[in-house]
Amino acid sequence: METTSVDVLVVGGGATGAAAAYDLARRGVRVLLVDQNDLTTGTSGRYHGLLHSGGRYVITDFDTAVECITENMILRRIAPFAIEDTGGLFVATSQDPDDFPARWAAACARAGIAAEALTPEQARALEPALTRDITAVYRVPDASCDSFDLNHGFITAARTYGGDAWIYQRVTGFLTDGDAVVGAELEDTRTGERRRVHAACVLNATGPWAGVVAGLVGLDVKIRLDRGSMVAMNIRWVNTIVNRLRPPSDGDILVPVGTVCVLGTTSIRTEDPADTHVDVSEVSTLLREADVVVPGIRHGRALRAWAGVRPLYEPPAELAQLESGHNVSRRFAVIDHTERDGLRGLVTVVGGKLTTCRLMAEQAVDVVCRQLGVAARCTTADEPLPVPETSPRHYHQLTHRVHRLEHGEMPGALICECEVVTRPQLEARIAAYGDQPVALDDLRRDLRLGMGPCQAGFCGYRAAGILHAAKGLSPGEATRALSAFVGERFRGVRPLLYGHQLRQFYLDELIYRRTLGLDALLALDQPQPEGVSDAGSEA
Amino acid sequence: MMHTASDTVMSDHTLSLIELTAFTADHCVKCNICTSACPFAKVTPLFPGPKVVGPQWQRLRDPDAPSPDHSLDYCSSCGICTLVCPHGVKVMEINTQAKAKLVETHGLSLRNWFLARNELWGRLGTPLAPLANFALRNRLVRWAAEKVIGVSRRAPMPGWAGYTFRGWWQRQLRDHPRPEPVSDADRVVYFHGCSTNTYEPHIGKLAVAILEHIGLHVEVPPQTCCGLPAQSNGDFPGARRYAQTNIERLADYARRGIPIVGTAASCMTAIKGDYQHVLGLDGAEARLVAAHTYDFMEFVWKLHQEGRLPTDFHPIHQELPYHAPCQLKAHGFGRPALDVLSLIPGLKLWEIDADCCGIAGTYGFKVEKREISEAVGWPIAQQVQEAGAEVVVCDTETCRWQIQALTGGTAIHPVVLLAEAYGLSVDDYRPPVRADKRRAPAPTGVW
Repeated sequence: METTSVDVLVVGGGATGAAAAYDLARRGVRVLLVDQNDLTTGTSGRYHGLLHSGGRYVITDFDTAVECITENMILRRIAPFAIEDTGGLFVATSQDPDDFPARWAAACARAGIAAEALTPEQARALEPALTRDITAVYRVPDASCDSFDLNHGFITAARTYGGDAWIYQRVTGFLTDGDAVVGAELEDTRTGERRRVHAACVLNATGPWAGVVAGLVGLDVKIRLDRGSMVAMNIRWVNTIVNRLRPPSDGDILVPVGTVCVLGTTSIRTEDPADTHVDVSEVSTLLREADVVVPGIRHGRALRAWAGVRPLYEPPAELAQLESGHNVSRRFAVIDHTERDGLRGLVTVVGGKLTTCRLMAEQAVDVVCRQLGVAARCTTADEPLPVPETSPRHYHQLTHRVHRLEHGEMPGALICECEVVTRPQLEARIAAYGDQPVALDDLRRDLRLGMGPCQAGFCGYRAAGILHAAKGLSPGEATRALSAFVGERFRGVRPLLYGHQLRQFYLDELIYRRTLGLDALLALDQPQPEGVSDAGSEA
Repeated sequence: MMHTASDTVMSDHTLSLIELTAFTADHCVKCNICTSACPFAKVTPLFPGPKVVGPQWQRLRDPDAPSPDHSLDYCSSCGICTLVCPHGVKVMEINTQAKAKLVETHGLSLRNWFLARNELWGRLGTPLAPLANFALRNRLVRWAAEKVIGVSRRAPMPGWAGYTFRGWWQRQLRDHPRPEPVSDADRVVYFHGCSTNTYEPHIGKLAVAILEHIGLHVEVPPQTCCGLPAQSNGDFPGARRYAQTNIERLADYARRGIPIVGTAASCMTAIKGDYQHVLGLDGAEARLVAAHTYDFMEFVWKLHQEGRLPTDFHPIHQELPYHAPCQLKAHGFGRPALDVLSLIPGLKLWEIDADCCGIAGTYGFKVEKREISEAVGWPIAQQVQEAGAEVVVCDTETCRWQIQALTGGTAIHPVVLLAEAYGLSVDDYRPPVRADKRRAPAPTGVW
C-alpha cells in the first residue's frame, strides 16, 4: 500500500478545509488535503453565493454578524477574483413586523455594519424590479461570491507554499498509536485503490460529515444537520443582493451570482449529511417569498434547485429546545479532542458560514499548531491569494466570457453554448487531470459546463464525445459517463417540472431518451449489475 | 393555466414593455429552430446565429457594463427568428436592443449614421435630382463612396424622382378639391414613407388612386421617416425621435378610428410593432396608433372580406413570381398581396421559395456585408431566372431594388397590378405588366 507522510492531514475540501490547508502551508507546515469527492462538492459547493455583510444575523446572532462583516472585508481584499461587489439591500414590506427595521438598524450600527437608509424610490431606481410595497430599505455591503473560485484560490495558494490536495479520497479509518491519531487510511472512490497517510495531526473539516468522520475513532461529535434548499432563476432579476428585512425565516434572500439569481433558503432538520433532496413544497415557498419583494419572479424561469446541509454547532443541551434551524447559532467551534476526549492528533472544526471560512480555518489551525508546537502565526488575511488557474474565467463578471469569445481569445468550437465553454478549454482541463479518471461533472465544476438553461441538454453528448476521444474510453465507459452527467443534471431540474423548465426538460428527454436511446444503450452494456444512473447521480 | 413572466409582470406594472422584451429570453429552450431559419447565419461564419447573440448572450450582458459583443453587427434584424420561434422569444427585438447598446458603447459610424438618415437624403436630393442621379450612377462616385464611407458600390441605389409625392398630392388637392366625407368611416390615412415620397412617387399616386376608386377619402397628414433605418443601425435616440413624431401626428386619426395604411410594408411593421417592442415607446398613444395601422394589401384584403372592395378588374394574363419580404412576414398576417391579386382574372402569382432577399433595409448597402447580402438573396435570382420571369412582385422598396440588382429584371409593388386591373393610371409611370383593357372589367361584386 502506498504510504505518504505529512505534518497535517486536512480532511474535507470545502471552504474551511481549503482555507486551513492554505493557512497551514503559509505557516510552513507540510499539509495534504483530501476529499471524498471533488473539491467544493459538499456544503460549500451547495451554496447560495451570498458573502454576508452580517446584517442577516445582527439581531439573532450578534457575534456571528460581527465575524461576517470583518471576514467579508478580508475576503474582498484577498480574493477579489471570486467576489462581485453587488452590494445588498434589506427590504421591509407591509407584511413584515414594523418595529423590526429600527431595532435592526441600531444593531447594525453596534456591529459596525454600514447600513445606509434609502428611500423606496432610491431603492427602486437601483433595482426596478423591486415591489412598490416598501416600508423600509437599507443598503449594506453584501457581495456575491463564487465558492468554486474561492476554494480553487485557497488550494492554488496552498500549493504555492508546498501543500497538496487529493480528490476522490475517502477516509476509511484513522491510524492510531496509543492515545494519539497518527494518520488515516484512504480509499480512492473511483478506483478502489487504498493509501495510507501518516500525519502528526489530522484536521477534521468535513462539515456535515464531521460526526461520521469523528465516529471512525469512536468519538461522539454532535452537530445539528439542517438542510437548506435554493432555486436558481434563469436570469439576473436583480443586480443587487436583496434580503428580507425581518427576523430570519424561509426565503429571505435573492442573490445575483454569475448569470443567475439564486433564491434562498429553507431550513429543514435532517439526520443524513448526504440529504440534498429538494421538496417541491420548498420550491413553492422560495418562489412565494421572493415574489413578495420582486413581484412576478415566481412566474419566471427557474433553472435548477439544489440543497446543502448546514453543519450547525450548538452545545447539546440547548439543541432540543430550538424549533427552527434559522435560530441556531451560525457560530463555529473548534474541538481539540485532546482536552475533550483525551485523544491527541485530531482537531474538529464545525459550524460557521462560508463567509467566515478563513476565520474558522485560522482558529482551527491555531489549535493544530499548538499540538504540533509550531509557533508561526496566521497571516492569511495579510495578502491577496494568487488568482487560480481556473479562475481568469471571472464568471461573476457577466460579460467577460462573451467578450473573450468575441475577441478571439477563446478559439475553437463552442461546446456548451449556454455558459460559453469551448472544445480547447475542455481538452485542456481533461489533460490537466493526467492519468486520473475524469468525470463530466468534474469538468462542470471546473468550467461551468452544462450549468446554463438547457442543463446539459445540448453540451452533454458533445462533451462526452470529447472525453471519449481524449481519454480513450470504451463505448460503454463513455455511455456511463454521459448517463451519470445527465442524470445529475436532471436531478436538479426534477423539483422544477412546471412551466418553462418542463418544456426544456421534455426537449432534453427527447434528445437523450428518444433520439440517443441512452437508457437502451445502458441496458446493452451493464458491467455493474446495480443501477448505473443511480450510482452516477451520487457522484 | 400557464402563466408567463410577461403577463404577471405586466399586471403588476413594475416593468415596462421594453424590459419585458429581454425577459422573453426566459422562454428559450435552445432548440435552434431560429438558427436553422436564419438566412444570414447560413451563409456567413461571421454571424453565430440569432439564438447565440439573442436569448443566449442576453443572460451574459450586464446592463451597467459596456457591450461585450460585436458579431451581433452581422444580424440584419430581418426578424425571421422571432417569427419562427415556437416559444415566443422576441429574438430580433433582443438583438436589436443589444445593437443599440453596441452603438451606445462604441458610437455610430459615419456610414451607419448616413444610412439611418435616408429621409434626409431623400429630401435634399429631390431638387438636385438630375445631378444626384448622375452621381449615383457614376462608377467613380460609387467607388469613392465605398472607399470613403463604406457604402458598397454594388449595392442597388434608387433614383430621385425630382419631385415629391407630398408636393404632387398638395397640387392635386388644390386643383381637384375632394368633397369632405359624411363620416370618419369613409376616411383613410395614407402613410407613404420616405421612398415613395422622393424615389418612387408613382406607388403613392397609384395607392391613393386605388383608395379613392374604392370610395375612401384619403388624408396624407405630415409624417416623417418611420425610424426603422435608424433602429436597425442601433441609433435608438434617432429612431425614437422619428417614431415619436409619427405617433404624435397620427394619434388623433387613430383616436377617431381612422385606419392608417401604408405601401411600405417595413415602415408599417415598425409602427405596428417595433415602436413598442424594440424602442419601448409603449404609451397609450403608441398602442392606439399601432392598433389602427395596416399594410396596404392587408387593408385591401380586409375591405374585401368586409364586402367593401370593388372587383371590377380587367384581366391580366400573366404568371409572376412574388417575394414576401421579411418585414411583411413579421406582421404575422400571411400573404395578403397574394390573396388580393388572386382576385384579378388571369393573373397567377407564385411565391419564390426563399427566406430573404438579403438587403434587410440598410444591411446590404454596407461594403463588408454586400457579399453576404448577395449570397442570401441568390436563391431568388436563381428561381426567377429559371422561370424566365422578367417582373417580380414584392411589397417593400429596398427588397425590390435588391431583386432588380440580383435578377437584372424589374420588381414592382403589388399596387401596380391592382391599379392596372382597375384601369387606373398615373401620367409619369408605365407599368411593365398590362391588363387586357379590350375585355370589359368583371362586374363589381359586393357581398
